[in-house]
Amino acid sequence: MTDGSESYDSDVEAAIRENHPALITYITAGDRSLEDTKAYVEALDRGGSDLIELGLPFSEPIAEGPTIQAAINRALEAGTTPQGFFELVDDLETEAPLLVMTYYNMILQYGSEPDVRPFVERAAEAGLAGIIVPDLPAEEADPLRRACDDHGLDLVFIIAPTTEGERLEAIMSQVSGFAYVQARLGTTGARANVSTATHDSLARLSEYDVPKAVGFGVSEGDHAAEIVEAGADGVIVGSALVDIIASSETPDAAVDELEATARELKRGARRGAGEEDAPEPEQP
Amino acid sequence: MSTERERDDHDSGGTFGDYGGQYVPEALMPALQELEDAYERYVLENEDGFMDEFRERMHDFGGRPTPLQRADRLSERYDREIYLKREDLVHGGAHKLNNALGQVLLAKYMGKERIIAETGAGQHGTATAMAAAHLDMPCEIYMGRTDVNRQRPNVYRMRMNGAEVNPVEAGSGTLKEAINETMRDWATTVERTHYVIGSVVGPHPFPQMVRDFQSVIGDEIREQVQEKAGRLPDSVVACAGGGSNTMGTFHAFVPDSEVDLYAVEAGGSSLEIDEASGVAPNSATLSTGTDGVLHGAMTKLLQSGDGQIMESHSVSAGLDYAGVGPELSHLVDTGRVTPASVDDEDALNGFHRLSRLEGIIPALESSHALGYLEKRYEDLGELVVVNVSGRGDKDLETVLEETEKRDLAAAPEVEVFDG
Repeated sequence: MTDGSESYDSDVEAAIRENHPALITYITAGDRSLEDTKAYVEALDRGGSDLIELGLPFSEPIAEGPTIQAAINRALEAGTTPQGFFELVDDLETEAPLLVMTYYNMILQYGSEPDVRPFVERAAEAGLAGIIVPDLPAEEADPLRRACDDHGLDLVFIIAPTTEGERLEAIMSQVSGFAYVQARLGTTGARANVSTATHDSLARLSEYDVPKAVGFGVSEGDHAAEIVEAGADGVIVGSALVDIIASSETPDAAVDELEATARELKRGARRGAGEEDAPEPEQP
Repeated sequence: MSTERERDDHDSGGTFGDYGGQYVPEALMPALQELEDAYERYVLENEDGFMDEFRERMHDFGGRPTPLQRADRLSERYDREIYLKREDLVHGGAHKLNNALGQVLLAKYMGKERIIAETGAGQHGTATAMAAAHLDMPCEIYMGRTDVNRQRPNVYRMRMNGAEVNPVEAGSGTLKEAINETMRDWATTVERTHYVIGSVVGPHPFPQMVRDFQSVIGDEIREQVQEKAGRLPDSVVACAGGGSNTMGTFHAFVPDSEVDLYAVEAGGSSLEIDEASGVAPNSATLSTGTDGVLHGAMTKLLQSGDGQIMESHSVSAGLDYAGVGPELSHLVDTGRVTPASVDDEDALNGFHRLSRLEGIIPALESSHALGYLEKRYEDLGELVVVNVSGRGDKDLETVLEETEKRDLAAAPEVEVFDG
């Protein structure tokens, strides 16, 4: 929860507020291989990501469009497991805090009995800052939220274009880290333009003093600029980055392009905040 | 209808014991609330005469009630009274119309403009396409590529009724993938579209609502068996994939502890699971599954230790699913329902046996229940009801092909079909 002061309980909220407007990037862990993922995450970090979401692949990703679904399939075919995922996170040293994005069954099954706690404990131990679960609405989230609270992790909720009225009120009162604003109905995937639903959603949320980041369909700097201009505190980009991993001829080429694209997206976000002449993100 | 009876203790608030719930993307939650509200008003409280219209349409368009037939030669073979509930005689050839018509009508009452559905064997897709044509609603059906190939007659039937059939190429191209794709469509078009889930699976209120639409099966059996035999049966046997005919058949008997309930799953080629390959050579979720969350509900699943969902297998496309209804999971845990399974071969024998002895060609799904009857009739008491959930015309190609591979005692000479 935010209290409007300069000190933050949440690393995730701090990362957005202190780097406003923030760039949040997503890739699927194990896409090609976990070793390559490490290099990709470091590239996104160098490119100016303020938060990085790492997907832990689940075989039935009902909230994903074709791009991320294909990445998840590649990751599963490459043998990605929760154990391997956490070992990767153990190894990563990034400026940007890391979040895990996965489906509820993956969280429940980590450990010997269906229970959310072993996953959250391991996530905290690995240094993850938060969790995003696309198939866990606020109504079913109590057990996971309690476990996250106990371990100082943020549980990020998604606000859809259909989230209104009392449900919006109820979810916003529980927001931790940031509100993940879904730009349009449907699944993840890069789009050619910014949806009007984004503007409506941001307007609906304007009275809440919590960081708002917009995802689902964001793929270029100009989108980022438009979204920040519409009132978002951050932009979330996934499918456009996953496309780079899928289409690059070598992992090294993907590393270079991921870094450059992150930089371009961050520049776009800054343009949207009226920081046209903002200095380039610092080179490492 | 069960809805007029007192609600069971175990199905309050969308959960059945530890199972059920609403594990779906946030975008769908308002639609589930809207559906829950409509279900309570129209189905449970008969607002605007919804249930009266539903019953009338099931009677005139659907052909209900279906008979409870004494199977004379099976009774002789097993030396006990065997009755068959003839859901194969429902319009469309399976129990699926009970639910599809109920949901399409409900969507109409809710003011939705478009119907989508997933299908495995094609029976639910066919029933939905028929109901949508009957009620003048546009309809799109998602069906796994493997199932499109093994269930062609149903694909044609859906198209004849004006539905668009979208083959799903992902994964093994069966029911699980079709559900994923339909959920994605729904998440994109939720404001004007109703998703007709085809079994007692998915997020609340689907498991409860689908069971209520299907419980007409058990309600009729209860009345008919008392009329014909003067008492309740000793046991009731139904096949279980997702579990809609199972719950529809069992629901009326759950309070009758003297009636044994058997849910017969697809044992496929083996009950062993090769976790490394991610494949279960069966679809016996109630018998071998573990608790987890899939397609909106907490239930029993075929999954790896890490939580990845397995590809399932059955010779019957309609049973080929890695999950099962949450209420059935609960009834199995509490001991009220006995899970059972028979393998592909027993099911094929069941298919041929009923066709030869009784002149009824059953669906391969239902053939599992008949396979179980053959193997375990001695344990089932003196009076047994088997639900014939659907007819087997759609399965003829598969049956010929699979029979040819095997030396089946109950099968006719396959060669006679050549040329």
